[in-house]
Amino acid sequence: MIPTDAFLETAATISAIVLLIAMLIVILRAILGPSMADRVLALDLLTTLAIAFVAIVAVLYGQVVYLDVGIALALVGFLATVAFARFIARGGTENARKVEGDD
Amino acid sequence: MNSLILRTATRLLVSLVLLFSIFVTLRGHNEPGGGFIGGLIAASAFALYSIAFGVEALRRAFRFDPRAVAGFGVLVAIISGLLSLPAEAPFLTGLWLTFELVPGEKFALSTPLLFDLGVYLTVIGGVIAIMLALEEEGL
Repeated sequence: MIPTDAFLETAATISAIVLLIAMLIVILRAILGPSMADRVLALDLLTTLAIAFVAIVAVLYGQVVYLDVGIALALVGFLATVAFARFIARGGTENARKVEGDD
Repeated sequence: MNSLILRTATRLLVSLVLLFSIFVTLRGHNEPGGGFIGGLIAASAFALYSIAFGVEALRRAFRFDPRAVAGFGVLVAIISGLLSLPAEAPFLTGLWLTFELVPGEKFALSTPLLFDLGVYLTVIGGVIAIMLALEEEGL
């Protein structure tokens, strides 16, 4: 194997591991809450991390097609966040309002 | 939702997402992509538009009744199947018209492409009709 390829593979593997750790932390935030906005933000960040992970998979396996998944996620992924933001702005559910009242 | 940032970003993003949906649709058949996923991406662009500007703006921007667009898509798909009748082939047989506009570069027109465009229109129309019904129900 050419040295540059080995370096690229090592770098991609390390960044994949770092991204996985970041995803775990973000999922922990989504579970813990405490407010609904925290969970929505965690989901949004999870989408961003997924885009980065897909890009690394594309580099590691040399599959250009994976990049399209990343493009689609980047273009559409924040739609859920916007919809959730509107949901919160309109008052959310009874439960969410109660939790936010506690803060 | 009345947000200047969202509205300004939406103007740019909707055109970008629609362009990407056409790209994905036309690339289908030979590579990953196709009418269904392209239609879903285009529908999500219109969903973003309706969130930023409201349901009435979406109706004006889409111009046609989404249910009519869905029906037209089914019609296009059926026509692509019936095109195999003159060739005396079974229904929905893929027929290819290959031109060589530039030497060495083949340009292919096919009934699968027509079928994909029908699926594209059907998915756009169907998803937008569902979305409008849900929005106007009053969340």
